[in-house]
Amino acid sequence: MSKFTKKKSSELPAISTASLPDIVFMLLFFFMVVTVLRNDNLLVQNKLPKADQVEKLKKDRSVYIYAGKPSSRYTDKFGTEAKIQIGDKYTDISNIKFALTEAREKLLPELQDKVMVALKVDEKTNTGMVTDIKQELRDLNMLKIIYITTPGNEINE
Amino acid sequence: MARRATPEVNAGSMADIAFLLLIFFLVTTTIEKDKGIARQLPPKEDVVDPPKIKEKNLFIVNVNRSDQLLVEEKLMELKDLRQAAIAFLDNGGAPSGSPEYCSYCRGKRNPESSDNPDKAVISVQNDRLTSYKMYIAVQNELVAAYNTLRDRESERLYGWKFTEKSRDLDEGKIKGEAAKEALQLKLEEIQKLFPLKLSEAEPKKSGQ
Repeated sequence: MSKFTKKKSSELPAISTASLPDIVFMLLFFFMVVTVLRNDNLLVQNKLPKADQVEKLKKDRSVYIYAGKPSSRYTDKFGTEAKIQIGDKYTDISNIKFALTEAREKLLPELQDKVMVALKVDEKTNTGMVTDIKQELRDLNMLKIIYITTPGNEINE
Repeated sequence: MARRATPEVNAGSMADIAFLLLIFFLVTTTIEKDKGIARQLPPKEDVVDPPKIKEKNLFIVNVNRSDQLLVEEKLMELKDLRQAAIAFLDNGGAPSGSPEYCSYCRGKRNPESSDNPDKAVISVQNDRLTSYKMYIAVQNELVAAYNTLRDRESERLYGWKFTEKSRDLDEGKIKGEAAKEALQLKLEEIQKLFPLKLSEAEPKKSGQ
């Protein structure tokens, strides 16, 4: 009757890995949906105003300037006054020229003359700050600017 | 202790799954591009002799610190701004026969308002404490006024809308160099009929 005696279960049964790809793909799927590609780490609040008469921005030849109140996690350190951000750090209005020249040098050399400055300014910021930035840009002779907006219209709200 | 071979996982379908996903994302993803209102700043030069603009050719939009609009000395709602700007630009007040006469204008031809679209200048004056939201909303309405008039003219002349064709050109939907150049010329022609003349005054510092 030894035919029917069970084998000694000294061996561990192999764990089935057949469902692993599914799990991995599910994760992949989740992250693909959730991720937003972003170049700069935002340090300021950035709720853009709405506009519908818009043009597209050519990304390869643009330099970004962000402005707005510091994000909630930085308010302890930097207060609630509106600030300007270029690249990954806050910039003072007097320091804009230096920061912009630095940012411009990161672009392709043949595009540096055609540089366009993209202003991503929070809708609650005062226009005075934008005017200051524009004055600095005129000094630098970077005359092409674009106010980045979100689709929509103020009137229909 | 006999060694039992562990059963192999059949990975044959992995490739199929991966490709399915890949294709799905290829089809559905749109790389979002930033859009906005483009502007050309005036170069920093001292203007020796500022051009004289007649009072009637100037459309003054004033925005105060609490985001209220004063258009031509009258309080106005934002929603009426577009129509007011169109009426001003399209007025064509110069008498017929004079060199300034605007043949394509369909406005009221009020001699008290702008002579022709080429002479008409819109001047925006902000306060330093005007919110950026309002500033963009005003700019948007004024650009919309120009776009409406340009659309009208391009439909009359060529049968298509100015804004649609310029968007097509932007997005690379127009194929062939010759076609692109021809379209560019036509677009410039229409821009000449209604040139964008927006002036921005230095903001007042009353808020500070």
